[in-house]
Amino acid sequence: MAHVNYAEEDVLIRENGFDDHFHEHHHGDKYQTNFLFHYVFSMDHKIIARQFLITGIIWAIIGAAMSVVFRLQLGFPEESLAWIKPFLGKWIVVDPSTGVGKLAPEFYYALVTMHGTIIVFFVLTAGLSGTFSNLLIPLQVGARDMASPFLNMLSYWFFFLAGVVMFYSLFLSTGPFSGGWVAYPPLSALPQASSGSGTGMTLWLVSLTLFVVSVLLGGINYITTILNLRTKGMSLWRMPLPIWAFFVTAILGLLSFPVLASGFFMLIFDRSLGTSFFLSDIFIGGQALDRVGGSPILYQHLFWFLGHPEVYIIILPAMGIVSEVMSVHARKPIFGYRAMVYSIMAIGFLSFIVWAHHMFMAGVNPFISNFFVIFTLIIAVPSAVKVFNWITTLYGGNLRLNSAMLFSIGFVSLFISGGLTGIFLGNSAIDIQMHDTYFVVAHFHIVMGVAAFFGMFAGVYHWYPKMYGRFMNETLGKIHFWGTIIAAYAIFWPMHYQGMAGVPRRYYSFDTFDAFRHFTEMNKFITVFAIISFFIQLVFVINFFYSIWYGKKMKTKNPYDANTLEWTTPIEPIHGNWPGNLPVVHRWAYDYNKDEREFVQQHIPLAEGEVGDH
Amino acid sequence: MQMENTLTNKRNRIHPHKFALWAAMASVTMMFGAFTSAYIVKQAAGNWLEYSLPPVFYLSTIVLLLSSFTLHSSFAAFKSGGEQKYKTLLVASLGLGIMFVVMQYMGWTELFKIGVDLKGNVSGSFFYLLSGIHALHVLGGIAAMTVAVIHAWSLKFNVTQKRINRFDLVVNYWHFVDFLWIYLFIFLLIKK
Ligand code: HEM
Ligand SMILES: [Cu+2]
Repeated sequence: MAHVNYAEEDVLIRENGFDDHFHEHHHGDKYQTNFLFHYVFSMDHKIIARQFLITGIIWAIIGAAMSVVFRLQLGFPEESLAWIKPFLGKWIVVDPSTGVGKLAPEFYYALVTMHGTIIVFFVLTAGLSGTFSNLLIPLQVGARDMASPFLNMLSYWFFFLAGVVMFYSLFLSTGPFSGGWVAYPPLSALPQASSGSGTGMTLWLVSLTLFVVSVLLGGINYITTILNLRTKGMSLWRMPLPIWAFFVTAILGLLSFPVLASGFFMLIFDRSLGTSFFLSDIFIGGQALDRVGGSPILYQHLFWFLGHPEVYIIILPAMGIVSEVMSVHARKPIFGYRAMVYSIMAIGFLSFIVWAHHMFMAGVNPFISNFFVIFTLIIAVPSAVKVFNWITTLYGGNLRLNSAMLFSIGFVSLFISGGLTGIFLGNSAIDIQMHDTYFVVAHFHIVMGVAAFFGMFAGVYHWYPKMYGRFMNETLGKIHFWGTIIAAYAIFWPMHYQGMAGVPRRYYSFDTFDAFRHFTEMNKFITVFAIISFFIQLVFVINFFYSIWYGKKMKTKNPYDANTLEWTTPIEPIHGNWPGNLPVVHRWAYDYNKDEREFVQQHIPLAEGEVGDH
Repeated sequence: MQMENTLTNKRNRIHPHKFALWAAMASVTMMFGAFTSAYIVKQAAGNWLEYSLPPVFYLSTIVLLLSSFTLHSSFAAFKSGGEQKYKTLLVASLGLGIMFVVMQYMGWTELFKIGVDLKGNVSGSFFYLLSGIHALHVLGGIAAMTVAVIHAWSLKFNVTQKRINRFDLVVNYWHFVDFLWIYLFIFLLIKK
């Protein structure tokens, strides 16, 4: 392995770097003077990244715990849940004569709804994109910080507030919103429609509106930083793949979240001002409501116009992270860099014109459905290009099978499994059988839920030293990986069979359906693995917090012999990222095993006669 | 918190603030795009009340256009050092902006009088929704202009790059809400 003299490298940045006079104007770490401004209202992107991550982890634990509770109901409907009464209070109804405790059906719906909302928005959007865009964009493009550190701070605090409001809604006496994470009217538009539709839904709307603001502030900043603050030499085509992914993700967010917001405004009008945008022909207790003329399908269009790009907002950052981690730990250039970038763009573009594949069964015109079928199936093409490139990157590589790499490989496996079922669902004829069944649940949990978590884990294990100056424990990391991937397949694989048999999703109980009787054992099996997978995640959580203080220390700046710029910053992070000049970039990020050299960092000039880039 | 609020690496062609504003405007455009698409879809589904807009909306449109024009001239005057002209036109723009909102309000009451109610047919609801949310964006612009007016009198007249940049943001945003209204107005006229 080639050895680099790090002192020599500093010379390179010192003497050939780009002088932006940063340290002359900004007087060092002045703004980090006290605890409050250093750790709480920080404007440093590295701190904000950690705030997003830790908040995301807390929400992930809450969201996952909810799923364990509703899985208990599905797997063991006969067992008593009286033992969770201390946590859930009146939502566990205990029969006084037998002492058997049952989950209240309304609360089952509330749990499913909250689980989806929390994981999709708070964990896999804010926790994933918020963490890694913040951490990596300035570090990998060679910027001192985000374009607007102030807006960046606001972005975190809007997210935090959104979380506070949602958390508060969990404790309402009428319960949190319970109409599904997609919040379709009429359940979301009529406060009297169900117990969660009143204050619960109001708080849901407030929370998610704050969340939209957070995403927009963050997104504007990410895009501006990437386009304006790249260091000298960092042309677009030299950017590492995570940056491309974060860039397209931010654009998707910027263009699709406002559409969700418009749906929210109309919901607010319907709920509070008496309009009927989404309401028509509603009967409550046999009594017709005077709210007529609207259409609930309209909301579905607005929701899924965000909803489908949103799933790519979740998966693209994971894809970017995985590409980088794989290349570093396979010691090979990423295969087909440009193809990777073009497929990110293609996926981003196509994700805007496929939304109605969520509505095939909602009564949209079948001819219009055809259009959406075609574009939905076309998305499989850039997706397959990416999968091919990952596998080819691994092929013949000098693989380091550490936790980050394992999770990256796991990601590819999950993305293939879940992507294939997407192709089934994308056919509107097959969807007649599959829609709203456990087949869909299996599809999106594998392709988005678990896969995005894997990308996030890969990123956390890989960049942990950049965040905390220490490594996470590798043995625990490997236990975490194997446990999670086995449990995840054990949970979601069987759901495909249930879905094909037509078992509907979101049902509290299947007692009355004879046709589904034979799935009782399968449901138990799934629930057992859901519990196992929950406890395996605690291994990660313990490892994460333990390592902050006691992990193995990072001794050199560039522990993985990686090429990207974040590994040229000092071990002890500083305000402004680089002590003196900014590094100047001379090559792309993937010069691994080039001309007999194990790796060549981006700021190293081309050797005499060396052909640059790719 | 003593740090400057924006970073530049001194090599950008466009100021990051201005770029960020354009990104935000793209986002608002998407939101109104969504509203008007919903309008088209709903209208096609039938049960649609037709009515003609009260004349005050034509007037308010002219007022808003005029304010864009005065603000633009004020900006030009500022850059070329014409202090008096800059101040007068700035205040005039603010006045016209406020007048626009007042006239919109008058328009809404007149609509209500001819029986187009927020709670009635969805076509009316859409009108209030579109013009109402647009008015909220105008209020944001009025707030920005108010700050600009306060600066015009409280700060010593001095044409610095920083102040030009800041003023430029206000002008850009104001033109944006102006164009947005023109779009909405024409849309509402054609698709009523
Ligand atoms: C080959 C690519 C894919 C195709 C063809 C595809 C197709 C579909 C279709 C047709 C549905 C609707 C099924 C129904 O409700 O009946 C669906 C649902 C879903 N897909 Fe995919 N998908 C693909 C990839 C992805 C990816 C990459 C993600 C996320 C990263 C994703 C996330 C979801 C989610 C979250 C849902 C369900 C939302 C809900 O109803 O709650 N899909 N997919
Ligand atoms: Cu979709």
